[in-house]
Amino acid sequence: MAFNFAAVSYIFALIGDAVLIFFAIFHVIAFDELKTDYKNPIDQCNSLNPLVLPEYLLHIAFNILFLLSGQWLSLCLNVPLIAYHINRYRKRPVMSGPGLYDPTNIMNTDVLTQCQREGWVKLAFYLLSFFYYLYGMIHALIST
Amino acid sequence: MNGQPYNYSGSNSGNGTPTPPSISYPASLSSQSSRDASPARLPPNMNHNTPEKSPLVSSNNPGLVYRNQEAVQSSMYGHGFNDGGGNPSRQLLGEYISSPNNDNVMRVAPTTGLPTSPLAAPLNSHALPAQAKSPNAYTDVRQQIPPRYENIMNTAQPDSNYMQNVKAPELPAGQPRLQDPYNQGYPNNSFGGPPVKMEQFVHTNMNNDWQMNQAHNAIKSAVPTESLTSPVYAHQNASKDFHHPQSPTSYPVNSYQANSSPYNVARPPNQIMPPAPAQAKTQEAPISSGPPRTNVLGIIPYNTEPVTAMSQGSIGVVNQKPVTPTLNHSQPTVKSPVYNQSPSHAPLYNAPPVMPTPVTQQNPYQNQNRVGVPPLVTAQPPRAPVTNQMSMKASYPNQPVSRPIEPYNQPQYQNYNYQQQNNVVNHGGYNQQQQSYYPGPDDLANSMAGMSVSAGYNKLWGREAVDLLKSRDILPQPKVEPPKIRLSQEYFDAANCSPEIFRCTLTKIPETKSLLDKSRLPLGVLIHPFKDLNQLSVIQCSVIVRCRSCRTYINPFVYFVDSKRWKCNLCFRVNDLPEEFQYDPLTKTYGDPSRRPEIKSATIEFIAPSEYMVRPPQPAAYVFVIDVSRLGAEAGYLKSFCDCLLSQLEALPGDSRTSVAFITYDSNVHYYSLAETHTQPHQMVIVDIDDMFVPCPDNLLVNLNECLGLVRDLLRELPEKYQESFDTGSALGPALQAAYKLLAATGGRITVFQSCLANCGPGKLTPREDPSQRSGENVNQAMLNPVTDFYKKLALDCSGQQIAVDLFVLNSQFVDLASLSGVAKFSGGCIHHFPLFSSKNPLHIESLQRCLHRYLCRKIGFESVMRLRCTRGLSIHTFHGNFFVRSTDLLSLPNVNPDAGFGMQVSIDENLTDLQNVCFQAALLYTSSKGERRIRVHTLCLPIASNLSDVLHSADQQCIVGLLAKMAVDRCHQYSLGDAREAFVNVVADMLSSYKITQSNYPSTSLLAPMSLSLLPLYILALLKYVAFRIGQSTRLDDRVFAMCQMKSLPLSQIIQTIYPDLYPIHNLTECPQVSIGDDTVPAPPTLHLTAEKIDSNGIYLLDDGTTIMIYVGHNISQRLAISLFAAPSFSSINPNMRELPELDNPESKELRNFVNFLQNEKPIAPPLQIIRDDDPQRTVFMEKLIEDKTESGHSYYEFLQRVKLLVK
Repeated sequence: MAFNFAAVSYIFALIGDAVLIFFAIFHVIAFDELKTDYKNPIDQCNSLNPLVLPEYLLHIAFNILFLLSGQWLSLCLNVPLIAYHINRYRKRPVMSGPGLYDPTNIMNTDVLTQCQREGWVKLAFYLLSFFYYLYGMIHALIST
Repeated sequence: MNGQPYNYSGSNSGNGTPTPPSISYPASLSSQSSRDASPARLPPNMNHNTPEKSPLVSSNNPGLVYRNQEAVQSSMYGHGFNDGGGNPSRQLLGEYISSPNNDNVMRVAPTTGLPTSPLAAPLNSHALPAQAKSPNAYTDVRQQIPPRYENIMNTAQPDSNYMQNVKAPELPAGQPRLQDPYNQGYPNNSFGGPPVKMEQFVHTNMNNDWQMNQAHNAIKSAVPTESLTSPVYAHQNASKDFHHPQSPTSYPVNSYQANSSPYNVARPPNQIMPPAPAQAKTQEAPISSGPPRTNVLGIIPYNTEPVTAMSQGSIGVVNQKPVTPTLNHSQPTVKSPVYNQSPSHAPLYNAPPVMPTPVTQQNPYQNQNRVGVPPLVTAQPPRAPVTNQMSMKASYPNQPVSRPIEPYNQPQYQNYNYQQQNNVVNHGGYNQQQQSYYPGPDDLANSMAGMSVSAGYNKLWGREAVDLLKSRDILPQPKVEPPKIRLSQEYFDAANCSPEIFRCTLTKIPETKSLLDKSRLPLGVLIHPFKDLNQLSVIQCSVIVRCRSCRTYINPFVYFVDSKRWKCNLCFRVNDLPEEFQYDPLTKTYGDPSRRPEIKSATIEFIAPSEYMVRPPQPAAYVFVIDVSRLGAEAGYLKSFCDCLLSQLEALPGDSRTSVAFITYDSNVHYYSLAETHTQPHQMVIVDIDDMFVPCPDNLLVNLNECLGLVRDLLRELPEKYQESFDTGSALGPALQAAYKLLAATGGRITVFQSCLANCGPGKLTPREDPSQRSGENVNQAMLNPVTDFYKKLALDCSGQQIAVDLFVLNSQFVDLASLSGVAKFSGGCIHHFPLFSSKNPLHIESLQRCLHRYLCRKIGFESVMRLRCTRGLSIHTFHGNFFVRSTDLLSLPNVNPDAGFGMQVSIDENLTDLQNVCFQAALLYTSSKGERRIRVHTLCLPIASNLSDVLHSADQQCIVGLLAKMAVDRCHQYSLGDAREAFVNVVADMLSSYKITQSNYPSTSLLAPMSLSLLPLYILALLKYVAFRIGQSTRLDDRVFAMCQMKSLPLSQIIQTIYPDLYPIHNLTECPQVSIGDDTVPAPPTLHLTAEKIDSNGIYLLDDGTTIMIYVGHNISQRLAISLFAAPSFSSINPNMRELPELDNPESKELRNFVNFLQNEKPIAPPLQIIRDDDPQRTVFMEKLIEDKTESGHSYYEFLQRVKLLVK
């Protein structure tokens, strides 16, 4: 039993994924607050927008590790999400700063429900993948 | 057809577009499944139909059983009410319920013609004791109340006057009146009487009331603060550098009345705050010199408002002022709300001397609706009914006298859910005329008696179908009326909100979402909340009664559980009624809450107490930002603007605190210092435009009254100074930033004049329009969207500081309105566009001047928010208009203007099966230009429909078109223009398909549409050919974007007129029927379809599209006509550059001018007149409007229908 590269990548993925779970929870809470009138959409967008790119980059980062360490299954599981992220960012509204959310249309019910659903789905995905990475890490550790 | 304007591929078989369902065009486009499911659901649907159609022929049982239950119920109420000690509200309730029972009888046996039935009798007898008892109850209570003082207040008078009355009882009696600028300014208003009275009341019992104040303040402070000014709001402001009180609680409740200067409380330190109103000298009432229609200040509403002012803190007495039938240009009114005004009736009421007129709350349209039975009247003590009924009859001579005053038409509709589509909607002066066009409901009901039921049944109830392919003239005459909303209780009908203010796409709400989907119609409301009103009840009271959980304002549709409690009609919570609400201000009796103005009128305005403010009401502040670059100078608009502003300077809405500033810009930004110490305006040029700063804020934004001379000087100098300019730069972004900084402390309005592309400094834009693409088959979606978010962010900043930006675009070349418009869209501003503006063209100058005149003088509401609430189970889905959405149902409108319309899409979240009605309530909280915080509340109540055919027959086609246009604009921005166009066609196809489902025998060769939706295809075709959505025709990008903005923000009537202009033949006006508008009569020529087929070469036609009135002269007109109308000996000598019709002394000319005046006056901005001879090159402008004809890029109406027919499944 020794630390190989695959195990290292899983450990990073675990840590990264824990952070992503926090991001997703924050996301869900933020949209819930918007829906229940607690927060001003401008403030909310200002707090959400800076987090979008870090989330995407973090996700991409540990997938690069998977790629390098040859964890094809793990990578394949994540590729659809990466593609979704890239596409979503490509189609973002015209904005001068980074981020996705536009305070002027975020209160539209469609957008709001879409974002909220996105948050829940991502949260579920990150949670499941957290356990998968845990399993992958142990597997990588004991298999060597 | 070149290209593929509509994509009729197989996959697209009518149900919709390949677009995601989230963009929901109506129900329709969402999914295949619901369409497929429809036939499967047909059986239950048919079941619905059968009992519905049968009772008259087969069985009365369902109706009877149903009514019996209700009868039991009402009698229970009756008992409870008596037990409860003669509760007047109960009494009213008994009244409501008993009248349906009468109706029921009629409904059950209309053929036998029984006027009454044994069933009704016991019920009435239940109600009767209560009525008999109630006067006693009144008197008892009355004896207990201490005498009150009352305050008749001119609603238009500044708050300060009112405050003085309360605060300083020792003031000389004449003072309030002297201070009232309106009384001085309006020579013709009738307020001379009431103010005199006011003085008496002010003095009557001041001390007594003072104590009352204390008590009520205690109550007041217990009430949670208005959720409009919710923590969100406070929070938002807190994040900015405002120093006003953060929460209403920090605002001492008493201080607002007791302090000598209420505004001094917690004033922001950096705010330039003029003297408090107590010391403020009021601005002299200005006299406008504009078009005849606009009033002084351009404000129509307030001079005829019946005023119901209640002194703060007291269980007040509302006084009615006599409503003078002042000649009202903007709205046709029936000549005689007789009982409102005639003093001869007054004595009959035994009115107390302080009460000049007893009933003034209802708007004219409401009165009309109540002809049959005035339930309220009968609920009152016996003295009232006689006069009221008589006067009502007198008011409406066209109502058949023979008809017994029995309300039997009403409940029939209700029980069978029949919507009568083409009945008479008495609308203003048209009613007399209409009678000849349509059979009235009464006639229908009478003729009902002898009908054999099945054949003409549908026709009778307006459920007939129109075969679109076969009927050529489907335009109703004289104009399209909004469908009438029929609620279960007649009283509600009378009290409902005017269709001009509030309209829903369906006048019956489907009870489930699946039913709505099946109907494939969009559900939404269009609202024109700040419309200039002729009659508006204004209430000032210490406690505004609202639901404690959903914060709904009390309205005519609430349910009184007993005299102490009411049940909210939106969230169904039972609330307590404050004691003072028991007091009836009209009769000065105690105990019947249902006679309060809040309960009688669906549109009402409150003067808000201090809880509704997060900071003291802001003063009016205007900043004018003017483009003086080379193109701007060439366009030459500056002269017109300065002239117009000079003449209207005193008419600018505001009080003594009004302030103005001017900024001009080319590639630099110029400030104008107007300090009092200067003898002439000083210009300061800012060259460093990348980092804007304000050099000396105090001298830039100056008090208008104090610096009037300097402002005038500046306005005189400016046009000369910038007659010529060689600077091609335009630093719009920096100029806007500068204006924002000037106003950030107070909030206000920025008016921008822009004539070229903003090409300097932050927010600079680049030319991106490709002229060769103008007539292309599709428009790049990116071109319709902004390239930068600079303007949007600026707008959001402005919105946070309560600043609105209004755009006047007078361009001769591309200005990228798509990017620029964001600044107005999200700050609640408005956009005016004058393409290819040139001062050499008198038509342009005229339209600019008229537009500016209206713009400068119209009413304005500052720092406003609007909230739309709806019955539980419904929710607002999307908002359309110019604003910033701050939370799910709250719109932030830094400024609100009377010409702004809004649209909301509504979705059904829960089943509404167990409800009878649903309600929408829009509340607009704003600061008037006089520094008063006011709340205008509109409530709309709609019945529920349970089957598809009901829904389809209750549709409001104009409203649907209005909403579709807004949705299409969104879709253009999000997807593409082609997509939006396709969706339009699908809407028609879907509607017709779903109607087909309801029809058992559908002839295969025809295309049937319900009467209520017969014009929808026509309007959709018009939309497809409208500037915003057309393809294949050369359209400048800016024009297209502007047209889209208009679709989003215009009120409905203007949208309809813009897309489908009115065409009238005017060569035989003298033979046309006349309608009376106010004191005048106006010819009412028929409206024609917009097709060249209707245009005859020997006729003269008038086309009114809302922005211009075109008179099209055929080349074969008779010499006599040419002479009598145009003072020209022949057709060829008619001067096409004529700006107005010559005033000739013959009947033809008089009628025509009369008619043109009427058309001009009914619009907020009087459209200029254009005369087009049919040999003129200008004729293409006219021909373009004939949208039913085939053009090189579009179908004719018939072709369009054929296309649609292919899609109908």
